[in-house]
Amino acid sequence: MTMQTFLTLDLMPMLSGLLAAVTCGLLGNFLVLRRLSLMGDAISHAVLPGIVLAFLLTASRAPLPVFLGATASGLLTVGLVELIRRVGRVEPGAAMGVVFSVLFALGVFIMARGGAESVDLDPGCVLYGTLETLAWTGPPETLGELFSLQVLGGLPRPIWVQSVTLIVVVIFVVTLFKELGIAAFDAQSAAAQGISPTLMHYLLMSVVAGAAVASFEAVGSILVIAMLICPAATARMLTDRLRSQVIVSAIVAVATGGLGYTLAVFVPLGLGWRFTPSVAGMMTVVAGAFVALSIVFSPTRGMVARKVRTRRLARRVALEDLLARLFRAEEEGAPALASADLSRASRGSHPAGLERAAKSGLVSIEGSLASLTDAGRAAAAAIVRRHRLWEGYLVDRAGLSPDHVHEPAELLEHLSLETELPIPDAGADPHGKPIP
Amino acid sequence: MIESSEPTRFMSDLVETLALPVRELHLVFFGGAHNTSYVIIAAALLGVAAGLVGCFALLRKQSLMSDALSHATMPGLVSAFLIADAIGGSAKSIVVLLLGAAVSGVLGVLGVHWIVRNSRLREDAAIGIVLSVFFGAGIVLLNYATKHASTPAAGLNHFIYGQTAAMTRPDAITMLAITLVAVVACVALMKELTLVCFNDAFASVSGWPVRRIDLSLMGLIVLVTVAGLQAVGIILIVALIVIPAAAARFWTNRLPTMLAVSAGIGGLSGYCGASLSAVSPKSPAGSVIVLTAGALFVFSMLFAPARGLLPELVRRLRVKLRFAVDHALEHLALTADQSIRARPLPIGRAMRRFLHTKNLISLSDGSVQLTPNGLARGRRVARNHRLWTQYLVQYADIAPSHVDWSVDQVEHILSPELVAELEAAIAEPPTNPPPTQSGVSS
Repeated sequence: MTMQTFLTLDLMPMLSGLLAAVTCGLLGNFLVLRRLSLMGDAISHAVLPGIVLAFLLTASRAPLPVFLGATASGLLTVGLVELIRRVGRVEPGAAMGVVFSVLFALGVFIMARGGAESVDLDPGCVLYGTLETLAWTGPPETLGELFSLQVLGGLPRPIWVQSVTLIVVVIFVVTLFKELGIAAFDAQSAAAQGISPTLMHYLLMSVVAGAAVASFEAVGSILVIAMLICPAATARMLTDRLRSQVIVSAIVAVATGGLGYTLAVFVPLGLGWRFTPSVAGMMTVVAGAFVALSIVFSPTRGMVARKVRTRRLARRVALEDLLARLFRAEEEGAPALASADLSRASRGSHPAGLERAAKSGLVSIEGSLASLTDAGRAAAAAIVRRHRLWEGYLVDRAGLSPDHVHEPAELLEHLSLETELPIPDAGADPHGKPIP
Repeated sequence: MIESSEPTRFMSDLVETLALPVRELHLVFFGGAHNTSYVIIAAALLGVAAGLVGCFALLRKQSLMSDALSHATMPGLVSAFLIADAIGGSAKSIVVLLLGAAVSGVLGVLGVHWIVRNSRLREDAAIGIVLSVFFGAGIVLLNYATKHASTPAAGLNHFIYGQTAAMTRPDAITMLAITLVAVVACVALMKELTLVCFNDAFASVSGWPVRRIDLSLMGLIVLVTVAGLQAVGIILIVALIVIPAAAARFWTNRLPTMLAVSAGIGGLSGYCGASLSAVSPKSPAGSVIVLTAGALFVFSMLFAPARGLLPELVRRLRVKLRFAVDHALEHLALTADQSIRARPLPIGRAMRRFLHTKNLISLSDGSVQLTPNGLARGRRVARNHRLWTQYLVQYADIAPSHVDWSVDQVEHILSPELVAELEAAIAEPPTNPPPTQSGVSS
């Protein structure tokens, strides 16, 4: 592949895909947070009649009428959903389902009826776009000419529309970041601070509609939906702060676009396949893969990380229970317990716990008997102390009766607290045992 | 000349097609009817099934789950095609295709559940993710099938938007069979589904297998979706599940009625939509069926007597009018009883005329006189006003200067029983104006 073919055939589709990905990805954050993901879905279906009508009426693909028509039908969707939800008292999901399916059907119907005149607007491209046809007819001879005005003027029109949309979206998100965030997390607090949640809702929805329209033509509605939801969802699995979530989602969107295009075009080309997958379809698959990966492997909230944490906690609890049992046995005058009994210890204990305790020097095993080492005794004393302090606390402060506090204390003793619990009024635990 | 006759011909074609299944009904059972008849009847039955299932899906807040499900059928559909093609079977066999679609549709639903269970993402995001990603994967597979399968894959495109024109008789009969199963299952499970929809916690503590009932609802949605793939298409089948149920919601507050209305709307949409699309093959059947359903929805939303917009508006205006009349009569009665100084009437000409036609006032040379009826009503309102004021001041500890507004709202809606209770509760009845029931005669 030469530089020239890359510039002519690949750069523009790739750029268009990336622009769509980032534009929708940024806005998606607020949709996902406000549980309006499906509003993105609804809008990207419902802009169709607007596009088709504007297109048929003006008999051109002039960006402005199409843009206005589509944004209008996007806003109409939002208003109708609200109306049906209120009047019909049905849940928002069903209201959305009604509105977008009817509007989409209307779009398909008009398109099919008036289809003969519309050159390149067909039901297929509505779904997966026309990314592949976006060639750059006048690419520069050298890289140096890339940024001259004349060359930039020759860029395909969708690229221009999409670039402008991206800039608008970035400005929107940056300037209204605080307001959008507050409205997303807590509409009532927003209203109390003088930010109208309704206004923010409609503003956001109009920008989403605009972004959907701008991206629609190039990448199709399926990728618009995927990009409104997937990068934001991925970012949400990876971070806890809105600011970083927005940034991560943009990075994920770029990665999705780049990787999707590579898998759809360069890989089949390199491997000599006969079939070239749809770029939009491939990008969607990649976006989904990122979501799945983030759900499984996110360092903070992923399934693996949670499993590891749970295991680690279970191990610690088992070890602490083991040490506490040995400590109590010592108190009652038995310096060692049969390791077979300990391995069969009660709730939550880990079979390998005893060996691990021995290996870390907390327990010494002689023959079939296990006893505490000095280090183990100190650790065990701390646990038993916590246990008895909790028992005292539960009786003194929480008003439980002494015969009901052992079980909760068994759980609470494993919490690591920053503050020390008070010594019980009696100076010993409710059962009269001394506090180590 | 030809152009001008086109609409008429279209209309006559349409009428003929609409009547065709009815005329051929006897043939349908014994074979020998037109393909179109089978398709139209199948589409109508699909609408009925979707209408029934949709009610439960709506009440269980699962409407959009069916959207995820239908989009998720795409990769299974194409995979089934590819597998059948590879092992040399008939790749276009509708049963094989629908089986593949059902399997991947179920996988999609499981995917939504997996995301919701294992991440912090909500159901809406999960539905959106599954919907777009499965469909995207389906498109990639379709690209592959188009290039690599020995059977032309072009027909698979029809499943996206639906195409009744291309349906063969076995297709229609398959669809008919699946929808019949769905309708029968829906009727058989009606009690269980109703219970779970209205009070799943109660159902669960009463020992009903709520999870299994939910699963069977999901199974019904799968059946309807799969049955509708060919006629309505992947993208729009959700409409047939959501719209009739949502439209039926406007007509009634009772589930049995809602089910009947929803099934009716669904069936009518399927019947008319399929007929229309049969007459003009250029219109994709799915969109015509959905637009028919949409029109019925809009009609329901505007005119349904129980909860429609216009009847609701009329009811509200009625109440407003009654309040306004009450106020005017109250004022007139108070003036007549001289408990307030006569002021220019706060009622306009239209109101005056209205009161006159209702025989509540008489107009003699420019001065307004209450008729006995009007006086009675005016006094009653005034009396209710006093009673309620007194009650609020005495029992609700509201300062006398603060009660006016709420009293103005309440005075109109006090029932006779409530008035009696108020009289009993308020030891010392207000004296002004005279609270005589028979004060009219004086």
